[in-house]
Amino acid sequence: MSASVEVLAPSKLRRGATRTGLQILLDVAFSALLFMGTVAGVIALATLIWTIFDSGWERLVADPAGFLTSYVSRLPARAGVKAALAGSAYLMALTALFCFPIGVGAAIYLEEFAPRNRLTNFVEANIANLAGVPSVVYGLLGLGLFARFLRMGPSLLAGALTLAVMSLPVIIVAAREAIRAVPDGIRLGAFALGATRWQTVRRQVLPAAMPGTLTGTILALSRAIGETAPLLVIGLPIVIFTLPDDLRDPVSVLPLLIFDWTSRPQPAFAAAAAAASIILLALLLAMNAVAIFLRNRYSIRW
Amino acid sequence: MAGITRRRSRTGERMIVNVLFLCAVLSVAVTVGIVAVLLVDTISFFSESSLVGFLTGTVWAPGQGDGENGLYGMLSLLSGTLLIGFGSIAVGLPLGVLTAIYLSEYASSRVRGVLKPTLEILAGIPTVIVGFFALQFITPNLLRPIFGDDRVFIFNAAAGSIAVGLMILPIIASISEDAMRAVPWSLREAAYGLGATRRQVSLRVVVPAALSGISASVILAFSRAVGETMAVTIAAGNSPRMTWNYFESIQTLTASIAQTVRGEVAAGTVRYDALFALGMTLFLMTLVMNLISARIVRRFRQVYS
Repeated sequence: MSASVEVLAPSKLRRGATRTGLQILLDVAFSALLFMGTVAGVIALATLIWTIFDSGWERLVADPAGFLTSYVSRLPARAGVKAALAGSAYLMALTALFCFPIGVGAAIYLEEFAPRNRLTNFVEANIANLAGVPSVVYGLLGLGLFARFLRMGPSLLAGALTLAVMSLPVIIVAAREAIRAVPDGIRLGAFALGATRWQTVRRQVLPAAMPGTLTGTILALSRAIGETAPLLVIGLPIVIFTLPDDLRDPVSVLPLLIFDWTSRPQPAFAAAAAAASIILLALLLAMNAVAIFLRNRYSIRW
Repeated sequence: MAGITRRRSRTGERMIVNVLFLCAVLSVAVTVGIVAVLLVDTISFFSESSLVGFLTGTVWAPGQGDGENGLYGMLSLLSGTLLIGFGSIAVGLPLGVLTAIYLSEYASSRVRGVLKPTLEILAGIPTVIVGFFALQFITPNLLRPIFGDDRVFIFNAAAGSIAVGLMILPIIASISEDAMRAVPWSLREAAYGLGATRRQVSLRVVVPAALSGISASVILAFSRAVGETMAVTIAAGNSPRMTWNYFESIQTLTASIAQTVRGEVAAGTVRYDALFALGMTLFLMTLVMNLISARIVRRFRQVYS
């Protein structure tokens, strides 16, 4: 831009002191546009939540206990989320069990022990790429490898392994960031007292990095709990009247149930889908609240 | 830290380090697993039906005729995927960039503190719920009243695009905002020194300087849109067709996979193998886009660090 520079009195030296009328108009218009663009996303979110509550709240509060403790049914008024809710809970616990230790282990290795060489770079690039693989492709991996090749079928185990593999890159990244945030002074202090590298990591670095790691893990799990596509692909059932007692038993999950109910023609099923969505959102909100609580309560300011 | 001399490790530590190394290498095993699983069935698919037919055919009708040319033509699915991809960018890019400029240049720290978590919540809503919202609200309460019931199908690409656009908005906003914050203060100061207003600084200094970051976010968002399954399955329908009409029902690559697995396919059939050929197509498409995006991001990090 070509600005004609004029000497101003010091009192006039502030931003935009020499704006013309048109410029002022443009500035105001641009601010308004920015504000509207930003608010649009917020309004969309609010509308989404309002829509879900508007169509599901009545169904949920009419008979909350019944909705939570009944199995699916051909009659929308009698259908409930029992199997799906239990299945989601089991699946999440098992997924955490598989991917937390491996994710943290990989993060420790990459941050604390890995030599800077081409293999390490390749592993890092690989993890970054895995985070961008569509979830439906993880479903195909679960179908081809766990369900068919390893003969697990559409079971709790196959579902948990699929979700664990999908969440692994996210957890590794979160754990690495938490480990990287621990200052080197802590490590050097431990070395100076004669600790080995593993002792240092085990007793100093890991405990300090744990809040951040747990927060990241919970967020990764909350994404996994809302996933539909991979579990649909490995063939988890929707109509199921038992709770699992065994890793090889089939389970259903909330998102699959919501998907099934949205694709039925009766309006009463749409209400049931919205009611189940409220439960799923409440579950996610609770998990995020725990993550935020951990972050605020235990995170260390260095 | 690796170069520091320290006490010799005890014997047990070698074991521990090896276990940790295995954990890290497992991520490579996952990639190998994905590629292997996709390849095995993709190869068996193309042994039964033609590669040329798959890449150039415009009719996707599994089970009709056994692997004859044209019935496994993925172009109609690709066109549906691109329709959703471009449509969701058309929704998400303007809103995302406006949000990013607002957050980076205009918002007070208090407003940022409210806005960023809100965007995170939007990003965290399960896609099946967003799809349900599109079907229940966007189509009947927005699209149909505006454009007419007779023109807008119950399932349509526009509703799917808006749903996916809302999902990718936070990605575009957060990566673009990072790129804008990476623009050095000296550039802004220089512009203000010449008498520029905040709007001019935003549009003529910050956005051009952050353009590579913004484009990286768009490529990544497009890749996410291509890989999105549930929202498009629920809101955009399951009718594979070559069309540029956003008000018609279409089918994406991902929705086609979801529809096929719902319909109980027997392993070893051409139909089952076709799933993996579609998966391979998706995997390659998204991989290329993610790599390009990551490369651009690496470059803009270097420029200003």
